[in-house]
Formats: sequence, C-alpha cells, structure tokens
Amino acid sequence: MSDGGRDAEPAALLRSVLDAPIENLRRLSGGASRETWSFDCGGRPLILRRDPPGAPKEGMAVEARLLRAAGACGVPVPEVVAAESSFIVMERVEGETIPRKILRDDAFAAARPALAAQCGTVLAALHRIPVEDFADLPDTDQVAEWRDILDSLGQPHPAFELGLRWLGENRPPRSGTTVVHGDFRNGNLIVGPEGVRAVLDWELAHRGDPLEDLGWLCVKAWRFGVNDKPVGGFGDYDELVGAYEDAGGGHVDRDALMWWQAMGTLKWGIMCIVQGSLHVSGTVRSVELAAIGRRVCENEWDLLDLLPYGRD
Amino acid sequence: MTEPHDLPSAAELVEAVREFLAHDVLPAVDGRVQFHTRVAVNVLGMVGRELALGPAQAAAHGEGLAALGVSSEAELARIIRQGGADDRMDDIGRFVRATVRAKLEVANPKYLAE
Repeated sequence: MSDGGRDAEPAALLRSVLDAPIENLRRLSGGASRETWSFDCGGRPLILRRDPPGAPKEGMAVEARLLRAAGACGVPVPEVVAAESSFIVMERVEGETIPRKILRDDAFAAARPALAAQCGTVLAALHRIPVEDFADLPDTDQVAEWRDILDSLGQPHPAFELGLRWLGENRPPRSGTTVVHGDFRNGNLIVGPEGVRAVLDWELAHRGDPLEDLGWLCVKAWRFGVNDKPVGGFGDYDELVGAYEDAGGGHVDRDALMWWQAMGTLKWGIMCIVQGSLHVSGTVRSVELAAIGRRVCENEWDLLDLLPYGRD
Repeated sequence: MTEPHDLPSAAELVEAVREFLAHDVLPAVDGRVQFHTRVAVNVLGMVGRELALGPAQAAAHGEGLAALGVSSEAELARIIRQGGADDRMDDIGRFVRATVRAKLEVANPKYLAE
C-alpha cells in the first residue's frame, strides 16, 4: 500500500489528498508522538494529525475507523475527511479543551452544570460502537498490565502496591465488553458554551469493561482543583450515572465504578512515574517532566483515600 | 549553614534563585517559557522544603520501616506484593499514609488541604 503520509511535508501531503487550495497552515502542538496542524481548505476549517517521519506505529487508520464508527453511533466527533495509516484529515471543531478554562471561565458557566450528564449520554453512545468490528484492538487485564509497567520502571511505591493488592482482591465481575475510549476526561473534550462538542484523542482506545471510561472520568486529577465535583470537576456521580443508564448504557454498579476510579487513579500515578522517568533517564530533559515525577505522591494520596488499609 | 561552607546556606541560595525567577524572570517572559518558569519556581520551593524537612522526615521514615521489620521502601513494596504482610495491612497502611503525607509536605503541601 502506498503511504505518502510518512515523509511528505504537510503541505504536499495535503495537496495530494485534497482538491481545493490549502490555506493558513500552521502547527498547533509539538507532541513527541503526533503532530497536529490546522489549516483551511476551500473555506472549510480542518485539522491534520499525523505520525512524525520514521514513526513505527500505523495506528491512524484504526483511529479513523473509530472516529467514523463513533460518529455513526451518535458520539460527537470531528468528521473524518481523509485518512491513511499515518495521518488523518478531520473537521476542525471550534471550542475549548483547556480544563481550567472550562471549569472557571464565565463563557462556560451555562455548560458546566450540564457536562456530567452529557458525558453520561456520550459514553452510552460510545459504548454502542460495534465491538465485533474492532477485534484488532487489545483487551488486556488492566491490573496486570499496569503492574507490569510499574515493575519495568524500577521504582518502589508501597502505596501503589497497596492499590494493586486491593484491586486484585476486590475486582468486580466484568459488566460487559465494549470499545473503551481509554482517555475520556476533561482535557480531551472540546466544549462550547452549550456543552460537549467533540470527543478527541482516541489513541488509547481498546476493548474492555465500559465502566473503565466512567471511572477514569472521575479520577481526582481530572477535577483540576474543583474537588467538590467528582466528575471532571463539573458534576456529580448521580448525574453521570443517571444519564448513562437513561441513554441505554448498562447498569452502573456503584462499587464497581469506585473500583474503576481506583484503577484509574493507580494508572495515572504510574503514567506520572513514566513521565518523570523520561527526564531522569535523559530521554527527554525537561523541568516540566522532572516536576511531574514529584507529583506522583498526589496520586498515591488520592489512591490511599479509596483504600481501607490503616484508615483511622 | 553546613561547615566548611559560608553563608548563604544551600537553602538560602535556592531561595535567592526562586525569588529571582518569580520576581524578575516571570514578568518578562510569556508562553512556553513563562509556563516553564512557573514550574521552575515551584520546583525550587520543593527543594527548599526538602532541605528544611528532609532530615527529620528521613529519620522518622527509617524508624517506621524498622518498626515494620523492613529496611527500605523496596523491601516494603516486595512484602506487600508477595502477601507476606497480610496480617499487618493496617499497620502498613498507616505507615504508607504517613510516608505519602511527608512526601506531599515537600512536593505540594497545598494538596493536603484540598
């Protein structure tokens, strides 16, 4: 299969797949794994996401399939205009993604009370994506997967060991097997004054228990300091769960939801160790990554808050 | 101050750099550099707190490990993993909570109040 996206400059790449002239092309983010470019084509606002040259992954075709399948199920997502194994061209949805603005700016004051329920409705639709069409996505035991990642980092964390112990002994029965977004949270949603406009960042999608997505959305780190609103800093458990069940999502067992919130808290803590390790190992020298290494204890604190051991 | 070094102490030097970044550099930069300057100011605050609190924390931590019959965080992590401490999980839980509290007192004391 031809793959013009791997090494071509973005302008040349876009000319090869789009008919109208490309205007206002500019790079938006400098992530190590993916490049994001904004441009207009024939008056239409678009986004290019592509793997950088030499990237080993061929995951963009899967992401394009997910976006199309999600859209067909009623999940708000950017429309895919063109896609190959190393790039996607999609609609540019206007709105805000920065959590602190979504949680604090006046422009979103009317949206905030609606967001938790909207997330429930969106997740119910997302979990209707035909899972049999995505048999190529991994379906792993999350506890074992993250325990192995923790072990690969070589740093002892007794708090996370307590978490792994409790998660292993209190695992709820699987509520179902669906496509799981894997990073559905405040920060990966485009929000307008009326609410959720699009769900982004499908890179971590996999198959698994749909409650994983609900629990992840409730992890304390995604409240960005608004701690009296457990769902993303904008809502309550009842709003999320009620809307999810009313929209045809499965029954949400509250103990299972808390198990998945604890699992998510452990997972984010280990992800923070990974980020700090990138600096410590010299892979990426960065004061920001260095500082994240010392924020791991925030996740340990949050996790201990969900565990029974030594609670006085 | 720690002999043979002169004043300012290490803690005072860190504080001097933190003040320089916060008062002189931060207002003069924007965008990515401003964000990273803010991170650097926080990091130096962390270092200052570790210099002040670290020795007492290390002593208390060592005593806590000894009371549990282990010599290090790594050994504690291992016995939790291997199930060799199942009859002492509440004692271990109390110690781990105290340890994480000590880490937060250095890394981000505001987090304890949230």
